[in-house]
Amino acid sequence: MEPLNALVAFSNYVLIPGASYGAQLALGALGVTLIYGILRFSNFAHGDTMAFGTVATILFTWLFQGWGLHLGPLPTALLALPFGIATTAVLLLGTDRVVYRFYRRRKAAPVILVIVSVGVMFVMNGLVRVVLSVGAVFLAPEGQQDTRGTDDVNFADGARFIINARQFKDMTGLDEGLAIRATTAITLVAAGIAVGVLFWFLNRTRTGKSMRAFSDNEDLALLSGINPERVVMVTWLIVAALATTAGVLYGLDKSFRAFTYFQLLLPIFAAAIVGGLGSPLGAVAGGFVIAFSEVTVTYAFKKVLGYLAPGGWEPDGLVQLMSTDYKFAVSFAILIVVLLFRPTGLFRGKSV
Amino acid sequence: MNSMAMVGVQAAVLGVLGYLGGGLPAALMLIAIRLLAKLVTMGDPDRQPGLRNGALFGIVAVLMIYSGMSQGWNVALGIFNMGLISAIMALGVNMQWGYAGLFNVGIMGFVALGGLGAVLVGMPPVPDAWAAGGVRMLAALALGAGTIAAAVVLWKRMHAGKARGLAVFAVLVVGFVLYRLLFDGAVDAIESVNPALEGYLGGLGLPILIGWPVGGLLAAGAAWMIGKTALGLRSDYLAIATLGIAEIVIAVMKNEDWLARGVKNVIGLPRPVPYEVDLQQSADFVERMQGMGADPVVASSVVVKLCYAALFGVVLLILLWLTQTALKSPWGRMMRAIRDNEVAAEAMGKDVTRRHLQIFILGSAVCGLAGAMMTTLDGQLTPGTYQPLRFTFLIWVMVIVGGSGNNLGAILGGFLIWFLWVQVEPLGVWAMDVATSQMDEGSQMRATLTEAASYMRLLTMGVILLVVLRFSPRGLIPER
Repeated sequence: MEPLNALVAFSNYVLIPGASYGAQLALGALGVTLIYGILRFSNFAHGDTMAFGTVATILFTWLFQGWGLHLGPLPTALLALPFGIATTAVLLLGTDRVVYRFYRRRKAAPVILVIVSVGVMFVMNGLVRVVLSVGAVFLAPEGQQDTRGTDDVNFADGARFIINARQFKDMTGLDEGLAIRATTAITLVAAGIAVGVLFWFLNRTRTGKSMRAFSDNEDLALLSGINPERVVMVTWLIVAALATTAGVLYGLDKSFRAFTYFQLLLPIFAAAIVGGLGSPLGAVAGGFVIAFSEVTVTYAFKKVLGYLAPGGWEPDGLVQLMSTDYKFAVSFAILIVVLLFRPTGLFRGKSV
Repeated sequence: MNSMAMVGVQAAVLGVLGYLGGGLPAALMLIAIRLLAKLVTMGDPDRQPGLRNGALFGIVAVLMIYSGMSQGWNVALGIFNMGLISAIMALGVNMQWGYAGLFNVGIMGFVALGGLGAVLVGMPPVPDAWAAGGVRMLAALALGAGTIAAAVVLWKRMHAGKARGLAVFAVLVVGFVLYRLLFDGAVDAIESVNPALEGYLGGLGLPILIGWPVGGLLAAGAAWMIGKTALGLRSDYLAIATLGIAEIVIAVMKNEDWLARGVKNVIGLPRPVPYEVDLQQSADFVERMQGMGADPVVASSVVVKLCYAALFGVVLLILLWLTQTALKSPWGRMMRAIRDNEVAAEAMGKDVTRRHLQIFILGSAVCGLAGAMMTTLDGQLTPGTYQPLRFTFLIWVMVIVGGSGNNLGAILGGFLIWFLWVQVEPLGVWAMDVATSQMDEGSQMRATLTEAASYMRLLTMGVILLVVLRFSPRGLIPER
């Protein structure tokens, strides 16, 4: 019986990865839920928006690396992030102007807007791959210039670990190591800042309040003189910032790959629905619920139980509820349970 | 730095040119088709729908024949056969979207389930694997299903309260542990039987044509489960739920090797039509083809493709007849009434959720049938190749472009968009090749641009979808 070691192993393999994944999902789900609240449709292009923001940031990162700019132990991508956000914002505002505004003016049914967003998803999906492979020729460091649009791109630099397993073992004298990766810490801090700023903005500023009013009751908001086009524009700007940040953090943590980002759509939507579509607080909670369930269900508990069980009772098998290939099934199962028993989500959705 | 910027600008210009080279023909083709159709009916789509539709299908036929004459009949028939299958998928989706307004983005999953059905029926059984763990696997699956059923019954029978929650939870936990005990052993036993070639239970060894309706049934079962939970809620929820089930179906098919060998793929499915080799060895066939002045090797593969085309064509015609009859019947009118005004239809005493469930299952079954046909045509089941962009969203482009709510439109869209999907890539690569012909043969930029051109078809499909939705939301053959 070594509960301390068990706790460390549990934190190392479940708690910490779950927290950083949860933060990334929460940021993604916030974008989805904001669009749902203000523009009133489920944006299927969100995964590809995240991918585009990440690619833009990767290109700026390569540019800065070429100039010799560094942030010391922090990844250069953080320096490139504002530029990536700006590029994404331009793309999203352009898309809104060219595509979505037409339907908004006509008050098209939400499901039409969803299909339109599928078209946008196709376009962005192609765009992401073209921009990445063409940009790589000019900007990528030596050896990565033949990056293809479908390749894995690893753009994290700077320190890898804040504390690695060996240091931890030496420090504490435990058998089990605990590694805290730099990207994990950055993810949590950045996500914390982003969520904090967003909630301050929504609750304290005039523009944020007008956004919530618009989401609650469009007609009343219009009557009180709120300019809908301005609300929509601000929403897209915030979504650009959230999506790019989420995408970059995910890419730093794992690596960038266009197809993976498309697949993130399911857990992100699950998070937004579990929390309650339209509720920012719900999106954050939903992100962590989905992330922790995914990691817990697909983690093999052999090691942790091995430390906890009395001598001779250690489990033989992996004690894994489901193989990691089924992590989508976990988000899906949670989604179904919520749909069955509480369709409005944990936080009674539909209000920003 | 300066020269690099120059190269950059040059590349950007070339990139745009190359894209236009790939995307423009597709867009122009659509516009030309619309204009032609307008000419035929003198601007009024409702004046002579028969003539107009004939003209539209004629254009597609000309495209196919042209590709047959320039690229060979084998290529053209290949496109035509997949066009037939795409048309059937589009018919299924059109039932859901066009008749009832249901947004299904899980088509990929239903198509894959159909393919699984073809394998489970058509492949010969693997007796060793059945002996090793077949019974145990069946027992495990029965136990799993029984656990869920018991939990549902308990939930319905017991009174609400803590006791009910605990009881259901206990049943689920105990059931899961027992299920895993049985299941894991069965999987190990089955997968260790000749893993290089078999390692799965195999199928029933029946004619593969029986697999087609079975594929449809599998898809219908999945649709029932999804429809039961997500229909009757907000329309977006069905979209998310179907998106999820599609990913899960693919994940199961990739990882459950005992079922259909996972990513190791099942190959060599039996065929409903003769094999090329047999034709080539038949003296009668060779003689006849030489008599017609054709190369027997090429002719054999053309004949096989023609056989498939006939089979698929019969299925498509039957389905078209069924869907048209259904649409014109009181049932079809009720469906459209529900789509156009759910509240009014409900006030008239129609059970909206039930009708939605019904049509959702029917449409998904048609998609499953098409999936089984596709797997039969390919002769193999490759779960790794199912991608949502190709198998879900492309079908949507077909339905929207063809004309939602119109069965003929869905079929037209299936053929046309499949043709463009196949042809835009070589067109884009060719255009990019011409655009970059000034650059060095081995330059990185040229290689990248040519490779990037192959992503252009995603972009092109997106642009086509957006343009049609905006400027011609009723599609090429509008609903009547």
